[in-house]
Amino acid sequence: MNMMSEAAVEKALDQKMNETAYKMVGRDVSVYYGEKRALFDVNLNVRENTVTALIGPSGCGKSTFLRCLNRMNDTIESCRVTGKITLDEDDIYDPQIDVVELRARVGMVFQKPNPFPKSIYDNIAYGPKIHGLARNKADLDQIVESSLQKAGLWSEVKDRLHESGTGLSGGQQQRLCIARAVAVSPEVILMDEPCSALDPIATAKVEELIHELRSNFSIVIVTHSMQQAARVSQRTAMFHLGHLVEENDTDKMFTNPDDQRTQDYIMGRFG
Amino acid sequence: MSTIEIEAVDSQRVNWHSDEMKARRKSRYAAERRLKAYGMTAIIFALGFLAFLISSLVYTGHKAFTQTVATVSIDLSAAEIDRSNLMDANWRDIVRDALRAQVPDLTRRQERAYFDLFTSSAPFLVRDTVIKEPSRLDGTSSFTIPMSDRADQLAKGEISRDTPEDQRRISDEQIGMYDQLVSKGLISSPFNWGLFLNADSRFPELAGLAGAISGSFWSLLVCFAISFPIGIAAAIYLEEFAPKNRLTDLIEININNLAAVPSVVFGLLGLAVFLNGFGLPRSAPLVGGLVLSLMTLPTLIIVTRVSLKAVPSSIREAALGVGASKHEMIFHHVLALAMPTIMTGAIISLARALGETAPLLLIGMNAFITSPPDGIFAASTALPSQIYIWADSPERGFVSRTSAAILVLLGFLIVMNAIAIFLRQRFERRW
Repeated sequence: MNMMSEAAVEKALDQKMNETAYKMVGRDVSVYYGEKRALFDVNLNVRENTVTALIGPSGCGKSTFLRCLNRMNDTIESCRVTGKITLDEDDIYDPQIDVVELRARVGMVFQKPNPFPKSIYDNIAYGPKIHGLARNKADLDQIVESSLQKAGLWSEVKDRLHESGTGLSGGQQQRLCIARAVAVSPEVILMDEPCSALDPIATAKVEELIHELRSNFSIVIVTHSMQQAARVSQRTAMFHLGHLVEENDTDKMFTNPDDQRTQDYIMGRFG
Repeated sequence: MSTIEIEAVDSQRVNWHSDEMKARRKSRYAAERRLKAYGMTAIIFALGFLAFLISSLVYTGHKAFTQTVATVSIDLSAAEIDRSNLMDANWRDIVRDALRAQVPDLTRRQERAYFDLFTSSAPFLVRDTVIKEPSRLDGTSSFTIPMSDRADQLAKGEISRDTPEDQRRISDEQIGMYDQLVSKGLISSPFNWGLFLNADSRFPELAGLAGAISGSFWSLLVCFAISFPIGIAAAIYLEEFAPKNRLTDLIEININNLAAVPSVVFGLLGLAVFLNGFGLPRSAPLVGGLVLSLMTLPTLIIVTRVSLKAVPSSIREAALGVGASKHEMIFHHVLALAMPTIMTGAIISLARALGETAPLLLIGMNAFITSPPDGIFAASTALPSQIYIWADSPERGFVSRTSAAILVLLGFLIVMNAIAIFLRQRFERRW
């Protein structure tokens, strides 16, 4: 892999993306908060080794859809989800499915960096520990190191692994959260506006990281920034008022979208 | 734009420098200053009352921290004592002989007045000292004998020599004998360790808080052992697991109401349920602790729920996001983060329980008990009920002892609250 040029890697990944089956499939997904309907029959698929960006104006339901993918909406009492979402053909809303396993396979990074108020090491090690992914201390050390390396944070924190994770800068905290998600070896990583609380330099680093993570994970990212969607994603889905307006290759979406509303939103005419 | 239009705009512009505007700002600032002054006055009043309370307690109570004693040397080698049966030796005569030697040549009547200057328990005190240190039997050694209440009060100036003889509890003759003892250098007033080491007694010079302190300790231990786990478990269930419906609303309202129920009602409940219903022993710290835990539970549940609620949802989501189960989320993260606040709340409600009197009176923890309890089943008093008993006692010496006991209770409260504040400062997290 190292011998291949970056462009060649990209090409290989793109090919894989188009060949392989969908990692996650959403069919007629509707979400209700009490009486209020927040999503209307959304059909959206997540491809393997792909960054899928969800864009749209505030309150359009993109975060709601994202949180359906790992059943984070379960924590909201009045929330009800209909339709069908599958992960590798298994219905994740099946009563038989184990939500703990689901969330281990579909990790999540939140809008605001939310490291546990524990040491950097413990932040990463927590997930592997509860899932029993490490057989001994050396294993765990290995997982912590590789996760931090994947999140591009290793060189910055390797000398202070036992200092508090909350003492890091905002951008470092968010990469720590990404490393924490990566440590459980999920198949899909959901990111809910991961850069909205970061400055441009930290944002650039996280975006670069997302780009690299693509080779190992399927990523779904909600973003408010059109430029970010254009920079990091291969597929883009546009939501508006709870409806999925259009889903397309990112290149096409930003140059020649099929739907007028997409065009208007991207051109900044509303939103 | 024409000139007319410009003038129109100018006339609408606010003139911030007009007198009207200045006066308006001035009155706004004045309102702010007044509010500050009200607050300061309130705080000064509160501090003033607190200072008054403490200083009046110290003023009346400080005398109880010393005790007038006579140091008398007794030659035990000459006395006829059966060494195998120290308990039953004639300690009364031994002590009386030793005391007679200090002020000789008294008539029988005078002698009785003279002995009244010393605590009537002197023979027992000497006996206990000798049993503890048998080497004293071999020669002359000095014993410390507390003076009786009347001599103690005279020494502390509570009884004035200028009062006419028929209006004070100590006669001129007794004062003369006391002065003789003083001139011989036998009288001193060391720190009154008995206040902390002795249990209650009918005689103020021997009465101490040991029984009350250990009774309070055992009660609080029982109270903590019961209310802490139950309170946290109830709070976790209500906050994290219980569905939000009418029933849980009702439970919540009732818990809040329970926190406001007068403590005497809990005392009656304890009397009816624990003593009459379960037949638990009267006056026992076990029952005291049970009743106090009924009182602390609602407060503790409320405090715990508030501190669980204060843990930000981002931490919960972070835990769930890496695949923690709900139970793991609560115990590894939410409860761990809420614990300092819960501990603070627990200590503050225990401090409240420590000062609670009414329920203890109803379950008999105000009995007259002359030895400290050796566990949660033994009869005992508690600090606040001991204060109640002493405040009710007629002897002069109990006046200052009541204040001293209040000071001791306040001391414990201050220590507990200080620990609570320390825990909060040290461990509380900010997000």
